Amino acid sequence: MASQHADLTFQGYRRDNGRVGVRNHVIILPVDDISNAACEAVAGNIKGTLALPHAYGRLQFGPDLDLHFRTMIGTGSNPNVAAVVVIGIEPGWTKRIVDGIAETGKPVVGFSIEQNGDLKTIQDASRKAKEFVHYATELQREECSISELWVSTKCGESDTTTGLGSCPTVGNMYDKLMPYGIHGVFGETSEITGAEHICKSRAANENVGERWFQMWSAYQDEVIEANKVDDLSESQPTKGNIEGGLTTIEEKALGNLEKIGRTCSYIDILEPAQRPAAGPGLYFMDTSSAAAECVTLMAAGGFVVHTFPTGQGNVVGNPILPVIKISANPRTVRTMSEHIDVDVSGILRRDMTIDQAGDALIDMIVRTANGRNTAAETLGHREFVMTKLYRSA
Amino acid sequence: MTAPHFLVHSPKDNVGVVVVEGLKAGTEMLGVITENDTTLHITAKHDIPIGHKVALGALSAGETVIKYGEDIGKMVGDAETGGHVHVHNLKTKRW
Repeated sequence: MASQHADLTFQGYRRDNGRVGVRNHVIILPVDDISNAACEAVAGNIKGTLALPHAYGRLQFGPDLDLHFRTMIGTGSNPNVAAVVVIGIEPGWTKRIVDGIAETGKPVVGFSIEQNGDLKTIQDASRKAKEFVHYATELQREECSISELWVSTKCGESDTTTGLGSCPTVGNMYDKLMPYGIHGVFGETSEITGAEHICKSRAANENVGERWFQMWSAYQDEVIEANKVDDLSESQPTKGNIEGGLTTIEEKALGNLEKIGRTCSYIDILEPAQRPAAGPGLYFMDTSSAAAECVTLMAAGGFVVHTFPTGQGNVVGNPILPVIKISANPRTVRTMSEHIDVDVSGILRRDMTIDQAGDALIDMIVRTANGRNTAAETLGHREFVMTKLYRSA
Repeated sequence: MTAPHFLVHSPKDNVGVVVVEGLKAGTEMLGVITENDTTLHITAKHDIPIGHKVALGALSAGETVIKYGEDIGKMVGDAETGGHVHVHNLKTKRW
């Protein structure tokens, strides 16, 4: 009965810009690869902070540089983050990221290394990080409506059981919660191949569907056709997918699309790491199908809880976005139980319906939003992986 | 209801998915079409791992394989009823 979800609430952190987070991180964010060491030193000094080292941020240009800034600013702006220390090699790009995050109203400060050196930078940044931890740890959770939750999805190490069980579970959750005004997002551009006719038809209107199709076609032409040597066997599907029984990209895509349920339609197309701006509803984000890249982009888009169906057992997590693992594969649930938050293997035995599985997932989403650490969080999975569009200058 | 050996998404499909571990050739399998809850019985011709596909009828090279009621690729080898369908006899029509 759908109405049981109308009054759902969770305990979240309301930020100055009105958005609600479910975690309360103080992050130490490097602008570029060569500032990782300073950020990690600060995080080592100040307990309760988290450094997000990554590989990029130097000599990028054009849309690739735009994406870098969008990912950095989006990550710092995510409502799961209470406060941010930004460290870059020089002050210009550092300030650009600080200013972008400051628009949320949250505490953010930048430090640059040139003319200071690592040691002075680490000392100054550590003192500020300590202040931010005191600030963040005094913030209180408050009761929030389910409509304020932004829930993303992406599956990984899929097999045939994801299409039968865990992906339809996510779809059932979206079908039930979307009417109450949540934000949702799915992506994985390459992985819609074989189901593009269905995906196009699931747009809210023809214009959005056509824009989606242009975006999907552009990836096919500019990336896959331009770079493939034979076919994409062993990448799409992956070796793990094939071990799990998936044979072709068409089969994988049809299972993947089960995540958007039966009644949802997507209302807009997002660039990678772009923040939704068309109001509540389901969005498509143009992302890679690689788990860590995709989840990192969705976190930068502002999503606060992630639902991750897996068949063979992808173990990915994210530093700021709790990743809830759902599996219908009884072998995975048995051999990798420490990674699975929601066991829906009963669907394969026909002793659990998709409707019951969807309710179990909604229950786990609310518990996670209230503060329950996910399997990936407890196991320390913090894969923060930036998407790079092309070689730097 | 007894737990099925394999599930089928749509009545249009010509393959099902084995959903039990350790399935042996010769097993009299119970299958369920999830879309309409109808059951079917097929004898397994091979040991088929969990998650892998089983042919619901004889499939010949060149034939289109249907799952979710949709085209998922073409046979590049033959499979008999109850046989294993995977990378050795099924291939994408894309890239």
